[in-house]
Amino acid sequence: MKTLSIAFRNIFRNARRSIMTVLAIAVSAISILLFGGFVSAIIYGLETGIVQGTGHLQIYQKGFFDYGSGNPAAYGISHYEDVIKYITEDPQLNQLVEIATPVLRIYGIAGNFAADTSKTFFGLGMVPSERDKMRNWNDYNLKENRRPELGLFDSDTEGGVVGYGMARMLQLCDALHLENCTDKAPDTAASSAPAGEDFSSLIALDAEEQSKAPEDKRPKLDLLAATVSGAPNVLTLFVNKAENRGIKEVDDSFVAMHLSFAQRLLYGKGEKKVSGIVLQLKHTKDIPVVEKRLAEIFSARNLNFEVKDFKQLSPMYGQTISMFISIFTFLALIMGVIVLFTIVNTMSMCVMERVNEIGTVRALGVRRSGVLRLFLTEGCLMGVLGATFGSLIAVVAALLINTSGMTWTPPNYVQPVFLTIRVFVNPAFLPVTWLVLILLAVMSSFIPARKAARMMIVDALRHV
Amino acid sequence: MNQNGFAVRMVEVSKNYLMGKVEVQALRSITLDVPTKKFNVIIGPSGSGKTTLLNLIGCIDAPSSGSMEICGSDMAMLSDDESSDFRARNIGFIFQNFNLMPVLSAYENVEYPLLLTRTSGKERKERVLQMIEAVGLGGHKHHRPNELSGGQRQRVAIARALVKGPQLVLADEPTANLDSKTGQGIIDLMREMQVKNHTTFIFSSHDKQIMDHADNVFAIRDGELVNDNKGGLS
Repeated sequence: MKTLSIAFRNIFRNARRSIMTVLAIAVSAISILLFGGFVSAIIYGLETGIVQGTGHLQIYQKGFFDYGSGNPAAYGISHYEDVIKYITEDPQLNQLVEIATPVLRIYGIAGNFAADTSKTFFGLGMVPSERDKMRNWNDYNLKENRRPELGLFDSDTEGGVVGYGMARMLQLCDALHLENCTDKAPDTAASSAPAGEDFSSLIALDAEEQSKAPEDKRPKLDLLAATVSGAPNVLTLFVNKAENRGIKEVDDSFVAMHLSFAQRLLYGKGEKKVSGIVLQLKHTKDIPVVEKRLAEIFSARNLNFEVKDFKQLSPMYGQTISMFISIFTFLALIMGVIVLFTIVNTMSMCVMERVNEIGTVRALGVRRSGVLRLFLTEGCLMGVLGATFGSLIAVVAALLINTSGMTWTPPNYVQPVFLTIRVFVNPAFLPVTWLVLILLAVMSSFIPARKAARMMIVDALRHV
Repeated sequence: MNQNGFAVRMVEVSKNYLMGKVEVQALRSITLDVPTKKFNVIIGPSGSGKTTLLNLIGCIDAPSSGSMEICGSDMAMLSDDESSDFRARNIGFIFQNFNLMPVLSAYENVEYPLLLTRTSGKERKERVLQMIEAVGLGGHKHHRPNELSGGQRQRVAIARALVKGPQLVLADEPTANLDSKTGQGIIDLMREMQVKNHTTFIFSSHDKQIMDHADNVFAIRDGELVNDNKGGLS
């Protein structure tokens, strides 16, 4: 049958109306694809950023996640090298895990006594080379998510990196040559000489550390933390650089340091532990398999550990994704309703204009199903034309936006990021949108097509 | 074809319509036998029931009562799809307003019934070209209906009705929208094609001059068959 050919010619009988209908579908396709691509960029970008920083999974002593921040030392993992070995030498996990690296969380007070200023800090002790390797994770090939190296080195156990806000508050802008950051003039009225003297007296206790200080030209911070035994401990950290941590609350209190430095600060001369083990997988989709295998290993070795994935560790991820998906769903529904009403209206007009013709073809021997098929095909063709045209425009628009250098500031971020539209990052997104719009067009055509198919032939032939 | 030599047999066929809440009797107890391979005319004034009778014979409407056989088939036994298939195989229609599909060329309009009977491409092409030549439109086969005159459109409609070799061709006032000269040409053509293709033709008209061309004339008035003057049975 020439149904397709006839349907194609029929939709251009009233070219202006059909073009408007096709454009309505195209606009829906463009809106869904561009906003969906924007949401995809946020979802995959956020995931990539989090995985580069904190990995996919983190292993803790049971209870650390809920209570550990109050007393990290009490929930330390001893013999963590053995645990890492269990993971890296496991035949199944070996294929799925990219990096398994220890991390030690530490809280305390950081002071820049040259500037007579101090503030509380949240510190991470890490293995620098492994952290730098983690920063290369880019499973979705996002160009804008390539991050520079951390600025810590395995050989430099005294070096550290601070958040941009932390550097500003501790008057390190000039010393670290930071852009858009100036050191505040000393506030003599607010300075607290006695406190500084007390802190300095603690520093003086560590003669070994003091002896190193004059030899190093880098700016330094004195970090004060309570050891596991409750005694205050102070070590001097030489700051290599400041790095913007994105979220202001983190940026204002972040200090990264070598694992051995953090262990000395928290455990002194005692047993060296870590707070957790960070696992970065080759692919996010492997999380459930790895979690299952880890549970088997821990159970077999009587290890009382808990495993948290990056969504649990960063609740902001889930909240942000939920918000954008809700907005996207709302937009897609509105666009779907517009397509539905546009097609119903157009196809109803088509049927009304061709009543006599419907009677003729039925008299010639076309079955009811043939009439139904013809009108559904016409609706489908308009859907295909609109969805295809809209998809092409959306892809071109996405390319233009991605290369335009436009920026926006995501919620809770301290500086703008590039506006990117990821239409292809999820391979199914564009084809599914295309197909759904076409299905919607066919479904919308069904009621008018059914009406056409059920017409009485003599009534249709009599119609003027 | 009916073994008794009748293309149509109707017994006590009536057709009632509801117009609003009023029931109108369009045909009253029509008993009619139409012989095969003849040029038959149903004649009567406007509103007499000619079109209703043709609609019943063409299986595009069902009688309110009575029985009818078309080309040997009892139409009461057929489902809607079977009735469609029956029309596609056995009945050709020529309409007063030509009713060509505007998006198809003359060639494609003539080809359309053969697509419904799933005739092979090669045979389809041969038959369409032969039929278009036979109605004198060889030079207009690629023209759309809106590029043809009324007479040419009706010639396309005749070719469309005959191309599948139907047993029965129904024409509802085929010359009503044509001038007298063109109308006469169409009548002559239909007659010629009927003889050439050995087909049964039934067409309706309110023009009594048409009776000169007919083998059988069935006169109808107020929904009743009033006489047949060339051998038809009433």
